[in-house]
Amino acid sequence: MNNPYFDLLMWARGPAFNIALFIFVAGIALRVVEIVALGRKRDLAPAKGNPVAQGLKTIFTRSVPRKGLVAYAPITYIGGYIFHMGFFVAFFLFGPHIAFIDGLIGVSWPNLSRVIIESAVALSVLALFALLYARMADPVRRALTTFDDCLVWLLSLLPMVTGYVAVNKLFGDPTLMLALHILSVELLMIAFPFTKLMHAVTFVMARYYNGAIQGRKGAQS
Amino acid sequence: MKPMLPELMQTHGVSRRRFLKYCATLTSLMALPPAMMPRVAQALETAVRPSVIWLSFQECTGCTESITRSHAPTIEDLIFNAVSLDYHHTLQAASGHAAEAAREQAMKDHHGKYLLVVDGSIPVGDPGYSCIAGISNRDMLKETAAGAAAVVAVGTCAAYGGIPHADPNPTGAVAVSEIIKDKPIINVPGCPPIPVVMTGVLSHFLTFGVPKLDDLGRPAAFYGETIHDRCYRRPFYDKGLFAEGFDDEGARAGWCLYKLGCKGPTTKSVCATVKWNGGTSFPIEAGHPCLGCTEPDFWDNGGFYRPLSVPAGDFRKVGLAAVAAGAVAGIGGGMLAHRNRAKAAAEHEEVDAHDLEKPS
Ligand code: SF4
Repeated sequence: MNNPYFDLLMWARGPAFNIALFIFVAGIALRVVEIVALGRKRDLAPAKGNPVAQGLKTIFTRSVPRKGLVAYAPITYIGGYIFHMGFFVAFFLFGPHIAFIDGLIGVSWPNLSRVIIESAVALSVLALFALLYARMADPVRRALTTFDDCLVWLLSLLPMVTGYVAVNKLFGDPTLMLALHILSVELLMIAFPFTKLMHAVTFVMARYYNGAIQGRKGAQS
Repeated sequence: MKPMLPELMQTHGVSRRRFLKYCATLTSLMALPPAMMPRVAQALETAVRPSVIWLSFQECTGCTESITRSHAPTIEDLIFNAVSLDYHHTLQAASGHAAEAAREQAMKDHHGKYLLVVDGSIPVGDPGYSCIAGISNRDMLKETAAGAAAVVAVGTCAAYGGIPHADPNPTGAVAVSEIIKDKPIINVPGCPPIPVVMTGVLSHFLTFGVPKLDDLGRPAAFYGETIHDRCYRRPFYDKGLFAEGFDDEGARAGWCLYKLGCKGPTTKSVCATVKWNGGTSFPIEAGHPCLGCTEPDFWDNGGFYRPLSVPAGDFRKVGLAAVAAGAVAGIGGGMLAHRNRAKAAAEHEEVDAHDLEKPS
């Protein structure tokens, strides 16, 4: 006799994870190498400033909103911060997730308690809905919204909801809910390199590049 | 003739008070309303001892050990003694033909009424892998189950195939329910099951018949919650305090064993509440993570010491292959882009405003 939920969990932890990992890692490598391989023409003009320092600085300074923008689009900015920080806390500071990363690459760090993790998840989910509302309420942004955007929104939401349900046993069989949580993360991993989710990697390159160009010219960025 | 339960209790010095306490525990364990307790007690005291035939197939005798553990006479084993155990090749005095004759006699005398208890899985790869008195396990099970009122599959091997069923399952081991389709089957998994769970099921069968079962054929009352739900280390899980090794400070302080591979969150059993050895302790209390032994295929759950959140496959090789494949594809993509750029540059035609204005 088999337990279909257990079989699903083992599939999610085994073959499905391997497939997702391959697509995730190969996809990121492909896109990063492709971008780097494109290269840029050598700039023969003498540099007026330090491109490297300015590039590195810009990676961080672009995380701070420009003056007045928070007041102009509060939901977008505040919601964006809450979502990103909540997601970060839930993913990187929950004990079982750290065990996962440790198992994967052998690196670990201290974790937080469940209350903090779950508060972060709840805030993150609320922020995602607020962001969706702000986007849909604005006719311009609604018109600009593509299938890709909706997919990315859903794929970001699912792991948090399924994780919360699995840990709190809100409903469903605990083995099934854990399997669904892992599968939702695998969907996110598969979509990651080929959607806007890739910004979680490319933002570093893009910000550095922009900062370095300005830095070379001796301009602020 | 075997003595009934009251006489057995008397000879073993078990007071009526203790017996009633036991019945109360059993009643609550079986999730019956407290008002049912006198009925449970009465049924146990007066039940006509049912004939029980116990078949042991591919097993380690751990389940028999568990229920008959001999360190002290417990009410559980008194209840076990109160049934008419007509065949059990570990416990019976008879052997060889006499033993088989006892089984056949019991099957004949109590046809349609006896309870068949099975521990161990049944090999279907080759009947010769496991035989008793020259009869293959499969044939003996089919033959004995035909006249049984119900079948109790004791232990994970009988319930789900258990350890013999573990990958690559060399004997083609299967559970009782794979072979017997026309009888009520009560699965009592565990490696081994907790004695009181076995006697609880037996008592339920004596008093109210087959208990309510879950999707995996287990009595819902004993397998309704996960170990994690009731684990005394749960507050540490919630606080995020995990033992990182078997002998680190966290382990000594009784922190959660999740990171040491505990399968409590996905394992349904009453280990954490009923416990073992007369309520003394259970594996997690002894410092070892739960192996998940009441669940099908627990032996193939990705490693006993691998946390549930860690993937079970050979992911490192996959990851390295992915880096290489992605990098090669990326270089290919980059080269293609360069070629396209060079091609576009070569095919570039100079045009001026006059050209654009020419009628096409
Ligand atoms: S030791 Fe196991 S069952 Fe107990 S709280 Fe930790 S993970 Fe859950």
